[in-house]
Amino acid sequence: MSTAEYLALAPLLTISGGLTIMLLVIAFFRSHRVAHVSALVTLAATVLSILTCTPDSPQVVLDLLVVDGFAGYFMLLFAAMGIITCTLAYRYLEGRSGGLEEFYILVVTATIGAMTMAMAQHYATLLLGLEILSISLYTMIAYPQETHAPLEAATKYLILSGVASTTMLFGIALIFMASGDLYFSSLMADASGPYHTLGQLMLLTGLAFKLSLVPFHMWTPDVYQGAPAPVTGYIATVSKGALFALLLRFALVSDVLSVSAVFVALSTIAIASMIIGNVLALMQQNLKRLLAYSSIAHMGYMMIALLAISALTDTATAVESAMVYLLGYFLMTATAFGVISIQSNAKENGDAELISHYSGLFWRNPLLASVLTVTMLSLAGMPLTVGFIAKFYLFAAGVESNLWALLWALVIGSAISVYYYIKVIFTMTLNEQPDSYAHPETTWSTRSTLYALGLAVLVLGFYPTPVIELIGQLLSGFSD
Amino acid sequence: MNLLGLITLLLAGGVAAWAGERLKPGVSRWISLATLAVAMLWLAFVYLSWAAGSQTNALYAMQILPWIPRFGISVHLEMDGLSLMLVALTLFLGVIAIVSSWTEIESRQGFFQFNLMWTLAGVVGVFTALDLFLFFFFWEVMLIPMYFLISIWGHENRGYASMKFFLFTQISGLLMLFAILVLVYVHWRATGNFSFDYYDLLETRPEGDLAMWLMLGFFVAFVVKLPGVPFHTWLPDAHTQAPTAGSVLLAGILLKTGAYGLIRFVVPLFPEAALQFQWPAMLLGAVSVLYGGYMAFSQNDFKRLVAYSSVSHMGFVLIGVFAFNVIAVQGAIVQMIAHGFSTAALFMMAGALQQRLHTRDLSAMGGLWKYAPRMGVMTLFFVVASLGMPGLGNFIGEFLVLLGAFKVSVSITVAAAIGIIVAAVYGLLLMQRSFQGEPNDKVATMVDFGAREMSVMLLMMAALIAVGVYPQPIIDLADPVAQLISRGSP
Repeated sequence: MSTAEYLALAPLLTISGGLTIMLLVIAFFRSHRVAHVSALVTLAATVLSILTCTPDSPQVVLDLLVVDGFAGYFMLLFAAMGIITCTLAYRYLEGRSGGLEEFYILVVTATIGAMTMAMAQHYATLLLGLEILSISLYTMIAYPQETHAPLEAATKYLILSGVASTTMLFGIALIFMASGDLYFSSLMADASGPYHTLGQLMLLTGLAFKLSLVPFHMWTPDVYQGAPAPVTGYIATVSKGALFALLLRFALVSDVLSVSAVFVALSTIAIASMIIGNVLALMQQNLKRLLAYSSIAHMGYMMIALLAISALTDTATAVESAMVYLLGYFLMTATAFGVISIQSNAKENGDAELISHYSGLFWRNPLLASVLTVTMLSLAGMPLTVGFIAKFYLFAAGVESNLWALLWALVIGSAISVYYYIKVIFTMTLNEQPDSYAHPETTWSTRSTLYALGLAVLVLGFYPTPVIELIGQLLSGFSD
Repeated sequence: MNLLGLITLLLAGGVAAWAGERLKPGVSRWISLATLAVAMLWLAFVYLSWAAGSQTNALYAMQILPWIPRFGISVHLEMDGLSLMLVALTLFLGVIAIVSSWTEIESRQGFFQFNLMWTLAGVVGVFTALDLFLFFFFWEVMLIPMYFLISIWGHENRGYASMKFFLFTQISGLLMLFAILVLVYVHWRATGNFSFDYYDLLETRPEGDLAMWLMLGFFVAFVVKLPGVPFHTWLPDAHTQAPTAGSVLLAGILLKTGAYGLIRFVVPLFPEAALQFQWPAMLLGAVSVLYGGYMAFSQNDFKRLVAYSSVSHMGFVLIGVFAFNVIAVQGAIVQMIAHGFSTAALFMMAGALQQRLHTRDLSAMGGLWKYAPRMGVMTLFFVVASLGMPGLGNFIGEFLVLLGAFKVSVSITVAAAIGIIVAAVYGLLLMQRSFQGEPNDKVATMVDFGAREMSVMLLMMAALIAVGVYPQPIIDLADPVAQLISRGSP
């Protein structure tokens, strides 16, 4: 390996080094606070190394990984989300029984997995990253031991996710059989025929499962509901974001979308996700389940950016819109689950997950209610919020690539979604108080994290130009 | 101060009112009033400095700042005659709304004033934005605080009404957004540049069916807001449940944004498609006039009756805009202004009655004149104004619309003219059932209007008389726009 390769790999080396130190620290000195702080330091150092060491032009490391602005952008999002999760989890876990220190190690390992996926250009790294991420997640979901709901969710996720992984593995094997190669880029080189297409479809099925696209979405509401709120936020953002980054690179490098069967299948899945996700969200009384269905719909929206790649000669707009959308989605989802985390406390078993737990929040805690209001409006795609800019980008990409059916689904889906997001806001303005969860104890760090997130949702909706310019810069060295 | 400054002033005034209320209860109303006073002074200053200057172009203020250069989006605000009048109406009715709800709102005054000011800011933005992205931005911005006004301070069924209001506007807004983006895309295909600027997009002439679809996207969004039959069903609910200030703003200015959109965007952007759509649009207008009148006639609820009368009156605007001639368009604009005053006053009256009697039900009223002669006189005046008495503003508007529309379609004009008779029926019925007739046993006594309420009413009265006897300034101010629209006609 050359110096340039080591340098490009610096973020991964930093976070792995930090992880080793954390393991040693916990082995000798068990303290919730120390574990928490060391995770924050590790992740912050990772963020720094991503910011300083991301190469201007794509750098291939050991043939398995490629480090470029695209990967750097997503790694940055994942590491930042890791920091947010650790911050929220500290107050959430404090006061619960059992060893709490390992939780932070799991957050870091999950982030390593996600970062690997953002850099993957080979099926081996794809699988490696995906499994590191998934196995960390199983444990994170089951972490609170007082109630059985997390355990149930973790078991469900373990089994279904395992099935998806094996499906993918089988698909990869079929592709290998047809093409004799495990690089993304060699997919279309010489191979075609039934085995190859079958392999691709099985691979995409596995990915669609992890992205919780309809009809592979069944696990999502249960896992979202059962998992502790900070972990749900992490699953909703990093796990899906990593999968999407991977899918995006896969689509860019391999031309898989030019196979019409794949394109039609993905379009159908996307439209179904947008419509069904939103329709099912209408009925929910549980905020976590509501957000689960809404995330299914949002994944469907995001597929527009992916599918736009196939139709565009200049893929930059599509990639750019995917990157902007993912940023918006990260911010909104992190904020929403952040509010749920902050409203939940260890004394009451389970999370503040029913919408009715939030009634009258506007009058008890106006700032927090404003943050949740802004987030809900952003998820609905109202102007003044980052959700609007993100959706606007999808429109731009979709219109440029003539994806009319998908755009109509986006319009109809957004129209349906307005109802249930507004319902949450309306509940907060009621003159009632829930019996429990009314006055959770909060810490300044969780509060300020949430206010910062809410502010980011607003500011980027109002003035997105800096982010647009940043992404433009990152993509300037990105070749497809 | 520039146009962006004006909007920022209103936004900041709202924040200051909210914050001020926490420090000292009762202060938020004064902060809002002071903010509006400054804004009105600025408006007067802009107009006077234009009048004192060369008067060459009919543009009173404009401003362009880059915003999102990646997509050719800029903060492009302009104020021509039409915008000037509507912004003036907005600020004026803003004051009315604040004063009329002076004692009505008891809880969360600060947040109430905040929402009021943000609605006004959004509406001023809508009336001045000439970048379609910015326009859409303001279009949605005015929606959220209005939603809060209804859902927090509304009456018994506020949840349902506010949700319906939000869904109708938001969903139709999405259609408009879709149309805007496709229009921009057509422009991009033709020129290679992204631009959301009004003047750039005026040059874009999408063809055939596409133009018709895009025109319909805009048309539906604006007709929902107007509201025209069959998209009007949110209005009676929203109005009935809204607090007085909410109703005043809804009827007085939010409905006007729909009419404004038709005049500013639908017809100039898609002249051919709009011309093809002339007959259905005018028919919808006539149906709105008659159906709104008919529904108003059969209401038992004071506010619902006035709400349906709005549907009827705004039908004239639809007819006027799609008649494509100078007289009719000018009539539509006069109608917008006059309806703003007359209906706002009637909603204030409904609010005052509700505050006193705790009901809006007409069958629980009757003979109120005995207790409150001043209120009676005022109601009579505004009912008569709204049914189109010559010498008052609404008459000018409706007359000009009918005059212009006559050249285009006699049958539509006849139908709409019948609407004026219907207006007389439901208007007088409203008067008789509330203030005249046998005194209702249930009403023991009722406090009459005091100085605060009377002064507001007299202001609106003066405005309506001014528009009625000397509408020429409005017609002059509206002339450039009217010319622009009539150019598209054969």
